[in-house]
Amino acid sequence: MKLSRKLLMLLAVLLSFSLIAAACGDDDDTSAGDDAGDDAGDDGGDDGGDDAGDDAGDDMAEDDGTADGGDDMAEDDGGDMDHLGDGSLGTVTVEPGSEVQIRSLNAITGDVAFLGIPNQAGIELAVSHYGDIHGFGVTSGEGLDDLCSAEGGQAAAQQIVADEQVVGVIGTSCSGAAASAAPLISDAGLVMISGSNTSPSLTSDLQGNANESYRPGYYRTAHNDLFQGAAMADFVYNVLELTTAAAIHDGDPYTQGLSQAFMDAFVALGGENAGFTSVAKGDTDMVPVLTEVAGNSPQALFFPIFPPEGNFIAAQAPGVSGLENTQLLAADGLLVDNFMEDPASEGMYMSGPDVRFGENVNESTGENAADVLAEYNSVVGEPPSAAFWGHSYDATAMLLDAVSAASYVDADGNLIIDRAGIREYLNGLTGYSGLIGTINCDDFGDCGSQKITIVHHEDSSDIEAGKANVAFEFAPA
Amino acid sequence: MLLTSLVVFGLFAFLVQQFVGPDNPLTRFLNEDANRLDWDAFRGLVVSGLSQGSMYGLIALGYSMVYGVLGFINFAHGEVFMVGAMTGLITSNKLFEAGVWEDAFIVAILVAVLVSIICATLTAVVMERIAYRPLRGAPRLIPLITSIGVSFFIQNTSALLLGPGAKRYPQLPSWMTDRYGPSWLQIEGQKILVVLVAAAAMAGLWYLVEQTKTGKAMRAVAEDKEIASLMGIDVDRTIVTTFAIGGAMAGVAGILWGILFGSVTEFTGFLPGIKAFSAAVVGGIGNLGGAMAGGLTLGGSESLAPQLILEPLGVSGHTQLKDAVAFLVLIYVLLVKPTGLFGERLSSEDRA
Amino acid sequence: MNDAPHFGPARSAFDQDWRKVVRYGLVLGFTLVFISLTGMPDGLNGRVIVEPWLSMGYLSLLWVPLAVGFAVTYEPVLEGMVQAKPGGRELVAGAAVGLIGGLCLSLLVYLLDSRDLSDPLVNWNQALLDLLTRNGSVADGVVLWTVAATALGFLGGLMRLLPPIVLRVVRAVLVTVIGAAAVESLIDDLSEEFKLEGVVKWLYHPLGGLEPKGAIALAIVAAVFVLWLGGQVKKGTAVFNTAREARPIAVNSVSVVAVAFAAIVLPMFLGRLTNDLLVNVGLFVLLALGLNIVVGLAGILDLGYVAFYAVGGYTIAILTSPTSPGLTPAYPFWLAIFIVVGMATLAGLFIGAPVIRMRGDYLAIVTLGFGEIIRLTVRSDWASGLTGGAQGVLSVPGPDLHIGGWTLPLVGWTFPKLEVDLMGTNPQHILYVVMFFVAIAIYVSWRLENSRIGRAWMAVREDESVAEAMGINTVNAKLQAFVTGAILASFAGAVFAAKVGSVFESSFKILVSIVILVIVIVGGMGRIAGVIAGAFVLVGILGGPNQPGLMAEFSEYKLLIYGALLVWMMLKRPEGLIPNVRRSRELHLDEFLQDAWLRGEVDRDEAEAEAEVDPEAWAPPEGNDGLAPA
Repeated sequence: MKLSRKLLMLLAVLLSFSLIAAACGDDDDTSAGDDAGDDAGDDGGDDGGDDAGDDAGDDMAEDDGTADGGDDMAEDDGGDMDHLGDGSLGTVTVEPGSEVQIRSLNAITGDVAFLGIPNQAGIELAVSHYGDIHGFGVTSGEGLDDLCSAEGGQAAAQQIVADEQVVGVIGTSCSGAAASAAPLISDAGLVMISGSNTSPSLTSDLQGNANESYRPGYYRTAHNDLFQGAAMADFVYNVLELTTAAAIHDGDPYTQGLSQAFMDAFVALGGENAGFTSVAKGDTDMVPVLTEVAGNSPQALFFPIFPPEGNFIAAQAPGVSGLENTQLLAADGLLVDNFMEDPASEGMYMSGPDVRFGENVNESTGENAADVLAEYNSVVGEPPSAAFWGHSYDATAMLLDAVSAASYVDADGNLIIDRAGIREYLNGLTGYSGLIGTINCDDFGDCGSQKITIVHHEDSSDIEAGKANVAFEFAPA
Repeated sequence: MLLTSLVVFGLFAFLVQQFVGPDNPLTRFLNEDANRLDWDAFRGLVVSGLSQGSMYGLIALGYSMVYGVLGFINFAHGEVFMVGAMTGLITSNKLFEAGVWEDAFIVAILVAVLVSIICATLTAVVMERIAYRPLRGAPRLIPLITSIGVSFFIQNTSALLLGPGAKRYPQLPSWMTDRYGPSWLQIEGQKILVVLVAAAAMAGLWYLVEQTKTGKAMRAVAEDKEIASLMGIDVDRTIVTTFAIGGAMAGVAGILWGILFGSVTEFTGFLPGIKAFSAAVVGGIGNLGGAMAGGLTLGGSESLAPQLILEPLGVSGHTQLKDAVAFLVLIYVLLVKPTGLFGERLSSEDRA
Repeated sequence: MNDAPHFGPARSAFDQDWRKVVRYGLVLGFTLVFISLTGMPDGLNGRVIVEPWLSMGYLSLLWVPLAVGFAVTYEPVLEGMVQAKPGGRELVAGAAVGLIGGLCLSLLVYLLDSRDLSDPLVNWNQALLDLLTRNGSVADGVVLWTVAATALGFLGGLMRLLPPIVLRVVRAVLVTVIGAAAVESLIDDLSEEFKLEGVVKWLYHPLGGLEPKGAIALAIVAAVFVLWLGGQVKKGTAVFNTAREARPIAVNSVSVVAVAFAAIVLPMFLGRLTNDLLVNVGLFVLLALGLNIVVGLAGILDLGYVAFYAVGGYTIAILTSPTSPGLTPAYPFWLAIFIVVGMATLAGLFIGAPVIRMRGDYLAIVTLGFGEIIRLTVRSDWASGLTGGAQGVLSVPGPDLHIGGWTLPLVGWTFPKLEVDLMGTNPQHILYVVMFFVAIAIYVSWRLENSRIGRAWMAVREDESVAEAMGINTVNAKLQAFVTGAILASFAGAVFAAKVGSVFESSFKILVSIVILVIVIVGGMGRIAGVIAGAFVLVGILGGPNQPGLMAEFSEYKLLIYGALLVWMMLKRPEGLIPNVRRSRELHLDEFLQDAWLRGEVDRDEAEAEAEVDPEAWAPPEGNDGLAPA
């Protein structure tokens, strides 16, 4: 049973209202009766019908015929209600005066708040820029916290699906949280669009096979790490012309996944795996781990981790015999001020999503990236601490577009949103232009522009120059 | 004993590698692809193990002294060390902003050490006064549980007051990071400094405990509090002194940490604290020389054992198990020699 | 324990112990400044208690002067001594303490305005200043806090003067109003199912917090309850207790049936969120009951308890998930749970056997080490072929129940088929599973506590050498406790994996061990009801290590509060919230005996001698290593 009891009850109530309306109304059929009857008939399925029958039947059994008539009429009128969706996942009714409810779910406290706070701000900006949907306001409610953990993601998802007015979620920040939140969101018929999940396990292997954690209704505007790994491998093997590489992760699903993606791509290109290991969060003495990878004298060392462990590796690597001339490489986890101000980081290459948004315009809100960034700085009070604010902004605008396409206003002035229509819209989304570039959704929810850049960081006293110094660009064919 | 055998085995394996070459049964025990460890790498591991170990040793002194006097594990001692590193960081950054750090590094670092020692000592003393003194005479596990609470409290206080995440020390002058020594033994200046300061602190402490009146009082209180107080020793004051000295040592360790690694978080004290306690136990708790020896043993084995023992056994990503090795050493020492390597001085009271 | 104190005449208002007053005042001031700088007032300001009067942010400051004002006027009641009657002296002391504290906070307001210390102190910002001055000038803030703190300190002193019944009413009103605001989301959730939306709408403000009229109504209800119904409840309890003494089996079985009935029916009426919260609480009840056997009964301080939680979680995940690396048998949950028991037993023996002979505090560190070793191993690339390493194990199915359907070969009779789809993601389903295991844990704890082995554990806890001399095999007894605890924790891990649908190493950090320990300590070591209450209060309201509680705003501060609570409990109330009578007497034996002696009821030496043989007042001998006072 897909629909919960409460929704059925709501539908039953709607049906009884429709019966009253039909009974008391004039001869011409009121749309209210049509829509409600339509909903109950389509969405409730057998159970809905039974409940509605029970509720309505007691009071006005004699009006059954009229209700059926209403149902028929609805089918006739269906053409006028121009919206996506077949109602298979139920609908949400927003009463006049209420707002369309979406939710944001990000890591906004603790160690990873630096990742979640820009996402949260991006969502809020997009909601405020987007304006109304068919005359209805939009709210993202109070930002929920995924705590960057599986438990936290699930708890927040429970909170979201418990509120039947919610039509979609923007989040999570962390892939581990998404793995446990996506099943709940998906089963409830909602959609979830993440601006910063990059783990391949959430979507597909890019060869047309869904991965284990993929659930229908999951989308993301962030890149798939298979692309980032491939970009780095391509750069190292073909541009830097290095043939042996080692990778170090820190035991986090994200860093491990990216390191693995890099190594797989690198070996596929013909490079040699010179070591694959990890440090632990909280480690400071990196000499043992560096000695381990130094054994095969790798020409390149890729460590897509975070500060402070990343700082320790960058600082200690040149002192370990076998790594004196190794090229150090990192990813967006270290593309942050704390690390780049450290002189040890000079000369490194760092990969990350292409954040040269320039004057890109989001087609739904009409805002361009530079203006949004300026507004971000003035609202939050500091520049974004992570790269994904634009991805979250676009994700929000896409969701609201989808809601707009999947909804219509009935004769009573209620906004009826068809959940299946939202997925239908997103599944077929191509050529959407957002702040991050052109967005195309594939069959497994990967919607990102997948553009990766690798920057060369040369001067620790001028980190903005380092962030802008693009040495390599990657965009999938 | 096991430790000795481990070290001997490690050295033996290393020598075999050097003279027989990498294709010997020891290096390639179960792992065909095991790496040959050359002298440079070996030296690097030893030096890093020793400098990390000296730090463990300095922190372990505090554990050992408190355990000797009060007979309980002050779980929160690692946080005292963190407070030292954190206040040292704040001072250094302020001095850096004022330009003192770059103009007169020696002065700056001395000021930072002073501030760090004062704050760490204060933390330790206040901790004793508020959390432990009322529990004097309570069963042993009660102050231990209390100290876990204190540890959590200090950790989260730091995160809330100063913000979570890693904070960076200003850049060291180049003569600190340069390498010194003959061509076959190039060691970074900061690591030499760490080992030297640890040795000096150790010597000073030994003098204090063994040669001065305060030290005598401390030893008397450790033996028997009641009799000590009958002999005219102010037990409360002696205990406070013990905490203060332990705190000062942790403060020194904190600033050395900053110099060596250049970065501090609110969790900096947790794992090193536990390792330092392990070091104190491995060396024989209540024994100052033992604490230092234990620290060096633990730091060394943590650094060397994965490469020398786990890799030949075919464990992939063997340095991931570095911390596991440290705890295994602790467990093994406790099983084989519960009093630790040098621990003879446990009074019957402690053995209960 | 004491009769009502004998009051003499009140002392003069200015006959104060001024040093004490100043000390408490400074402590108060320091606490207020500290709380302000941790960011708590600002962070909690979003949670409104009574709209628009009071938010949790202001409450985080306001309760302190009241509490300190009350504490400073505490006079130890000495049996046989005539006590001064509380009067002006208490009021003056309370107000003076409040004044000093208020001045300290005012100083902070002044400095916030004039200095910029935001470099090391992240919460030294405009938001805090605005909050402290209520968006006014510095002078406003100074006046506000000086007056407010003085008044609250005065009220704290006044509480000494009030007759007990008034105090009870005040306490009930405060707890009801603040509690009602705290559990707002829960009430919301419940109201939908019970069709009480109207009442809730009337009580609560749409933006959160109680409406003033709602708060007043609740206060009246609470007062009425205490004044009239309080006595009735007491009478009812008394009747119940006498009935239980008279016919223990009948009354007990009736209560068990009643509780079971409530447990089966209630989840159907609770909303998704409430059920999810209860699942989290249930998991920690299960863990805490297990640790209670290890620490509370057998006195083994196990800081690596999370290892067994991990063993349970990973075993279930690997065995039931169709996509787990290495092993993919995809067994059903209820088959795998037997293997979990086996694995937990093995792990318990593997960890327990070497460490169980160690001294109490060494054992704590070594178990902590083992916990870390297990976590590090599970995470390493070396073991990732089995455990998934950093990527964890995904797609763990729910604990579906599919049994029956077999046909007996000769008779041709088919077992009735039972198929229950218990989805891991549906909190109502998983709640039944959790309750099933919690029921097992309660039953086991209860049976063991009063069994031969339970008494052996307590003997070991009190004094190992004596226990050994009494013929108890202490090593065996401790191992049994260790393994029993391990099995209960592995159940919790198994349900956790099925609930979340994935396991990652990060769910099994040492923090979890510590939180469980805090629950056991705060609830009351060695007492089943205490441990359950502890889990409800801590995990339910503040939240678990990775789980949000009812007060999600507290997630940043909960570990600080856990730490402070642990210290405070150990210092002031080591027996826990709901103490075990026997343990409580052990911990306060000296006071207990002193009181009895002063009352002239017993000869002190005799009492001690008696206490040593009387199991109800078990006095531990000297020099023990357990948790009892030496």
